[in-house]
Amino acid sequence: MTNDNTQDKQEQPGELLETRRQFLKQSSAITAIALVAPALVDAAEKKLDEKAADIFEKVPLSIEINGKQHQLSVEPRVTLLDLLREQLHLTGSKKGCDYGQCGACTVHVNGKRVLSCLSLAVMQDGKKVTTIEGLATGSTLHPMQLAFIKHDGFQCGYCTPGQIMSAVACINEGHAGSDDEIREHMSGNLCRCGAYHNIVAAIREVNAKGGKS
Amino acid sequence: MIAFDYVRPNSAKAAVDAITKDASAQFIAGGSNLVDLMKHGVVAPQKLVDISRLPLNSIEQSGNNIRIGALCLNSEVAEHALIKEKLPLLAQALNAGASPQIRNMATVGGNMLQRTRCTYFYDLAMPCNKRQPGSGCGALKGYNRMHAIFGASNSCIAVHPSDMCVALAALDATVIVAGSKGERKISFVDFHRLPGDTPEKDTHLQKGELITAVEIPVNDGFAKHSLYTKVRDRASYAFALVSVAAALDLQNNTIQHVRLAAGGVAHKPWRLMAAEKYLKGKSPTESNFKAAAEAAMSAAKGYGYNDFKLTLLPNTIIHTLKTIAGV
Repeated sequence: MTNDNTQDKQEQPGELLETRRQFLKQSSAITAIALVAPALVDAAEKKLDEKAADIFEKVPLSIEINGKQHQLSVEPRVTLLDLLREQLHLTGSKKGCDYGQCGACTVHVNGKRVLSCLSLAVMQDGKKVTTIEGLATGSTLHPMQLAFIKHDGFQCGYCTPGQIMSAVACINEGHAGSDDEIREHMSGNLCRCGAYHNIVAAIREVNAKGGKS
Repeated sequence: MIAFDYVRPNSAKAAVDAITKDASAQFIAGGSNLVDLMKHGVVAPQKLVDISRLPLNSIEQSGNNIRIGALCLNSEVAEHALIKEKLPLLAQALNAGASPQIRNMATVGGNMLQRTRCTYFYDLAMPCNKRQPGSGCGALKGYNRMHAIFGASNSCIAVHPSDMCVALAALDATVIVAGSKGERKISFVDFHRLPGDTPEKDTHLQKGELITAVEIPVNDGFAKHSLYTKVRDRASYAFALVSVAAALDLQNNTIQHVRLAAGGVAHKPWRLMAAEKYLKGKSPTESNFKAAAEAAMSAAKGYGYNDFKLTLLPNTIIHTLKTIAGV
C-alpha cells in the first residue's frame, strides 16, 4: 500500500460525513445558478448553508441523565439510545435488536422502564433518565447489581444492563411476588445465553429483602 | 430513518390543524409502533406531530360509563383500580399485550392505530397492498400462519395485532374523535375496517382526526364473569395466534347477556355475534358452549398455513366460556 493510497483512505470518512451537507450546498448552488443570484453562490461558498442546516435540522433538548442536566441539540430522528451511546458516550445501555424486541436498551424515564431504541430523544425534553450507569451510588453497587453477580445472572453480559434496569422496575412496580410473576414481567428482556433461572433468583432475593441486597 | 420535521403543539386543536394542512404528517404519542415502522422504512412521514403531552390522560367514571383518555399509557390503564374492579377484562387484555416496557410507552389511542405485524407488510422486498397499494398480497399464497380466517379479501389477509382492542370490542366501547369539524363518536366495532380493495386503510378515521378518548359502559355482571385468553407461540411477549375476550352476565343459571370477541383472526377485532345470539337466554353448559363456538366459525376460512386456527379458535372459545362459568 503506498502512502498516496493511505492518504486517500484517511480522507474518506470526512468526505462521507459531509455527504449530506455537500448535497445541500450543491443543490442550492445549482438553484442559485439557475436563478442567477450571485449572493446565493457566495453564501454556499462561505458554508452558510451548513450553518443554516445545523439550525434547521436540530432541535434543542433539555434532559436530566443520571442526575446531571444536559442542554443538547439533536436531530428529531435520533433515538434516546443513540443519544446516550453516540453523543453522551453512556454505552452501558445496549443496542441489541434496535427494533423493540429484545429489551437490551431498557432505561428508566421519569421512573418508568421504557425501550430507549423506540424513544425519540426530542420527545424526552424536560424528563429524567436513569441508565445502568446511574444505578450505583458512588462505588456502592445497587442491590440488584450485587444480586446479579451473586447469582450469576448473566453469561456474555450483553443483555445484563437492560435486565437489571428492568428488574429494578419489576420490583418497584410490585410485580415480583412469585417466580411466575417475575418471569411474566421480565418477558420483555431476552437473554440468548439463557441465564433466566439465575436472573429470576436474583430478583426473587432482592424482592424478599425489600429491595435491599 | 429519513429526516423529518418535529412539532409539539400545545392543544388538541393545534395538533389537528398541524395534521390537516400537511398531507404527509403523522401524530406520534408513545412511538413504540411508529418509530419501529419508520426504522424499517415501511412508513416515512415528513413531519411528526408530538401529541404525547396533550391533557388526554385521565380515567374517570361518569354515570354508567368509564372514560379513558386516548393518551393514557397501556400500563396506567391496566393498573388503574377502577379498571381492575369494573373492567377486569380490559386490564387482562392489556397485560397480555407486548412487554412491560412497551406498555409504559404505548397509549390507548396508539394501540388502536397500531399497524399489522404481517411479515409481508414489514418486508419491503415483498408485495403488500397495505404498504404499497396495487403491489399484490404476498401472504395470500405465502407463509400465512399468523393470518386471518374471517373477513379477508384477495387484497389482504393481515390481522389486527391488538389485545386491548379485542376487549374493547367485546365491551361495546365507543371511540371519541376530534377533527377540524368538531367531535364525533364511533362505535368500537365500526372503528376498524375490513380490507376489501383498500387494505391501506386500517380504520374509518378521516385525515386529521385525533382520537381523544374511549368510553366503555360498565356491567357488574360482566365484571364478575369475564376472561381474556391468549394463545401464542411462547408464554409471554408474542402476538396472538388466536385470542378470545368473553364476558357473561349470569343470573339464576341463565346467560342474561354475553359478549364474545376474537383476536388474531381478522383485519379488525372480531365480534362473534352469532355465538352471542345463540347463548343468550341459555344455560351455561359445555354443550351450549360447543354449539356457540360452532356458530362462531360458520364464516371462517383457512388459507393453508393458518388452517389450524379453524380448530384452535373454537377450542379457545369453549375453554374460555367454561372457565368463566366454572363448568
